[in-house]
Amino acid sequence: MKSDSRLEKVLTAGRFAVTAELGPPQNANAEAVRKKAQHCIGNVEAANITDNQTAIVRMSSIAAAAIAISCGVEPVVQMVCRDRNRIAMQSDILGAAALGVKNILCLSGDHQTFGNHPQAANVYDIDSMQLIAMVKAMRDDKIFLSGDPIKEHEPRLFIGAVENPFADPFEYRVMRLAKKVEAGADFIQTQCVFDIEKFAKWMETVVAEGLHERTYIMAGLTPVRSHRALQYMKTQVAGMSIPDELIKRMEAVEDKEQQKEEGVKICLEMIDHVRNIKGVSGIHLMPIGWESITPVILKRADLLPRPEV
Amino acid sequence: MIVADRKPLDEILNSIKDCDRIMLAGCGGCVTICFSGGAKAVQLLASQIKIARKKQDRPIEIIEVTPERQCEYEFIDALAEDLKSVDAVLSIACGVGVQAMTERHPDTVTLPGLNTKFMGYPVEHALWDERCAGCGDCVLEWTGGICPIARCAKKLLNGPCGGSADGVCEVDKELPCAWQLIYDRLKKIGKLDNLKKIREPKDWRTSTNAGQRKIKFEEAML
Repeated sequence: MKSDSRLEKVLTAGRFAVTAELGPPQNANAEAVRKKAQHCIGNVEAANITDNQTAIVRMSSIAAAAIAISCGVEPVVQMVCRDRNRIAMQSDILGAAALGVKNILCLSGDHQTFGNHPQAANVYDIDSMQLIAMVKAMRDDKIFLSGDPIKEHEPRLFIGAVENPFADPFEYRVMRLAKKVEAGADFIQTQCVFDIEKFAKWMETVVAEGLHERTYIMAGLTPVRSHRALQYMKTQVAGMSIPDELIKRMEAVEDKEQQKEEGVKICLEMIDHVRNIKGVSGIHLMPIGWESITPVILKRADLLPRPEV
Repeated sequence: MIVADRKPLDEILNSIKDCDRIMLAGCGGCVTICFSGGAKAVQLLASQIKIARKKQDRPIEIIEVTPERQCEYEFIDALAEDLKSVDAVLSIACGVGVQAMTERHPDTVTLPGLNTKFMGYPVEHALWDERCAGCGDCVLEWTGGICPIARCAKKLLNGPCGGSADGVCEVDKELPCAWQLIYDRLKKIGKLDNLKKIREPKDWRTSTNAGQRKIKFEEAML
């Protein structure tokens, strides 16, 4: 065991794993985190605590993770390269591990121009690849990036990374994934899958390269509440692939509540699809602002109760 | 070359509002090429300032000069005599020129009339693009001659982020994704293997993170 995390145990046991996203609030309300954590307790292996996603200031992911732990939810602390240099990141990695965090997800981070402080300087002292390698070296080689030893209590974290099968250059995406695996990514969560065809094609290459045997691939899925949400993602979020048929299908449902139900159905179909794609080890649900739907979807997808490990 | 852009006229007028006589100093180097600080720009700005001040009922006298380069002592030393009669210098050289003037003529206040932007070149007539961030440790050898430090919004060293789509950067649809360019270039010259290697974290001490940088050319020292 690299980390003793539940997520690691489920994946190494060969069980289909489930994670879900938990976005911290834009305030200091611990209760808001506890409330969202309720949707995750016992329903997922671990909950991803986002790190100032879309570059909007929110409660620190590590602080929110500590609150999640107190509720009995295992967190995956997301860490982006946008806001901290290597000194602050290593310090926060030690702090997170000390608070009981066992999973980390390494990302470059949404650019600050998308957020509510576009005037901010970005850091990008290291990139996501180098962050993965840094966490691995801290865990396995017990050294800091400087080469100085961590004499005791090295942070034992299960290391995650992300990949976007829908971004360009498409041919390079698998090579980049291979680099992340080489750097030390134990698991991969993908960008939201809506374009199942493109995802399957990408997975074929992943499997051909044998990468699914060196890391665990979890397909990212987002249940959407309306055709507008889909339309927004298609036009406003870079690197998203959303087939027009899906938007038309949502649009064809006039009643708002029925549209939500259609969104859930689409998500359930996606779960079915990805479960049958070779090399997919689990799913990562990202119900942006709709965390309460997580248990509903998992129940209807027959993914509850979660396995004992 | 260094590319600079003129400050808004109101900001310039405000900075010289207490002056009755100024020297407007251009530069015959980079900023002449990018139209913001050459002899013609000096002429144009001088008339704009004079008209604005006349409207305010407070005319201003302007000595117009454009030394060959404002960043070299030998070209700005000659301005000393004229400087005695002015309240300030308004420099439309890059930030280096403004500082050279300040250091060489400490009894006169030199004010900036330009915003110095970047190192780049005109990719077409009257359009300049940034190309170099002066990081002090050039990576162009393995990136196919395209700089990810200057041209990727996240300064990534290990390939494109998830926001690269249709060759465009997620930050601005007018910007090409530097990593798409690098990928295409390396593919063309048969060097895609360059992208397989995990690039180590950069040592930023050679950049702007370890204090002001200096270069000494020993062979030419007097």
